[in-house]
Amino acid sequence: MSEQKLPMAGQGEAPPTPPAAKPTSAARLVGTLAFAGAVAGAAIVMVFSWANPLIQANQAARLAGAITEVLGGAERYETVFLDGGAFTKEPQADTASLDRVYVGYDAAGAPHGVAMVTEASGFVDVVRVIFGYDPATGNLLGMKVLENKETPGLGDKIEKDSTFVGEFVDVGTPLQGVKKDRAAGTHEEVVMITGATISSRVVVDMINRRLEALKEPVGAFWASAATAGAETNAPDTTAAAPTGGGL
Amino acid sequence: MSKTTPTQDLVSGIWKQNPVFVTLLGLCPTLAVTNSVANAIAMSSATFFVLLGSSVLVSTFKRWIPKEVRIASYIMIIATFVTFADLVLAALVPDIHKALGAFIALIVVNCIILGRQEAFAAKNTVGRAALDAIGTGIGFSIAMLMMGSLREVLGNGTFLGLHVFGPGFAPWVIMILPPGGFFTLGVYLLIFAWWKGRKQATVHPRRWLHEVTAEAGD
Repeated sequence: MSEQKLPMAGQGEAPPTPPAAKPTSAARLVGTLAFAGAVAGAAIVMVFSWANPLIQANQAARLAGAITEVLGGAERYETVFLDGGAFTKEPQADTASLDRVYVGYDAAGAPHGVAMVTEASGFVDVVRVIFGYDPATGNLLGMKVLENKETPGLGDKIEKDSTFVGEFVDVGTPLQGVKKDRAAGTHEEVVMITGATISSRVVVDMINRRLEALKEPVGAFWASAATAGAETNAPDTTAAAPTGGGL
Repeated sequence: MSKTTPTQDLVSGIWKQNPVFVTLLGLCPTLAVTNSVANAIAMSSATFFVLLGSSVLVSTFKRWIPKEVRIASYIMIIATFVTFADLVLAALVPDIHKALGAFIALIVVNCIILGRQEAFAAKNTVGRAALDAIGTGIGFSIAMLMMGSLREVLGNGTFLGLHVFGPGFAPWVIMILPPGGFFTLGVYLLIFAWWKGRKQATVHPRRWLHEVTAEAGD
């Protein structure tokens, strides 16, 4: 290792130090950031005003597609809100804060089923599903996972495994989640996914809880809709776009 | 000012100074969202857009940005472009936006982007900064695609959703899980290190041997 010689006193003059740069004034620093922030904010507002209608339309289309899928056979649907313990099409309170379900109608205008959204904590994060329910028979019409971050290849089969998703079609309620080797073939059984038992059970349990909570008001609304007839329950197709808020 | 030529500015980031495989920057999205080729393409496109836009703006306004607040200013510029990318992806490709999740917003803190602003864009002309951003962006995209291709093909048996193997193929699920990301990156880094060492040994065998011997003796 070579030694580096340090300059000794008197052996040479130290190089002149450059003059210290004049510090920038605080006003200029603040002004620069304020100007940059204002320009950035204005630009973001412009892009947002373009993108937001598209994002809202995407979300509405996604929900409408899911409702149609889980109600299997419904031509149209309308949104009804839980206001004062009963479902109504025209609530008194602000709809954004109200729980809601989607009532499907067939081509003749008769009620076909009710779609409900529910969510619960899964193995990794929140799992959000929508399911169709027929109050007349007490059976489920279908189920679709709207959101999940479960383990790829295992837990996410609750969304991708068509056999598991098919288990929720025409099945009695309350659901009974059973392991594959213990299936007895009863009407309420849902065979869970091997290797994703927790995620499967979460889906079964959240549907049961949601049904238990809403069975009575949904049943009451269903009875009034069925007796009122198709004409007095003219579906509001504009309700395809959700009016904001969550369940 | 850069002492390199414009061509070098463009090419350097693609392979020789590849941001992922050589300088080991931007590893968070590289590991997190390369479980499919579609995600890799979307993330690299968003990063490319943010990198290019930020570099051009930082280079354009470098004279007016006081050095005391330069990092804050760069972050503000980068965050603005990231917000653009986030909104555009949510509006036009909602499924991919959903799959990428929080990692779009985290482009703000991607070391590659802030690093190129501080190291290059703030010291060079707009044209050179744009070339550097394009080269680095392409290099990042290549790395993301290499990661995403290997992981999706082995982990899911598909490439961009199209089945590559027959129905008898059992997917290596671990490849699309987090350990698969580390494993794939490790394999690529090993290949790069081997390739680099082999190239040095081929071009300057004596010099390489001398360096290796000297390192061993330290």
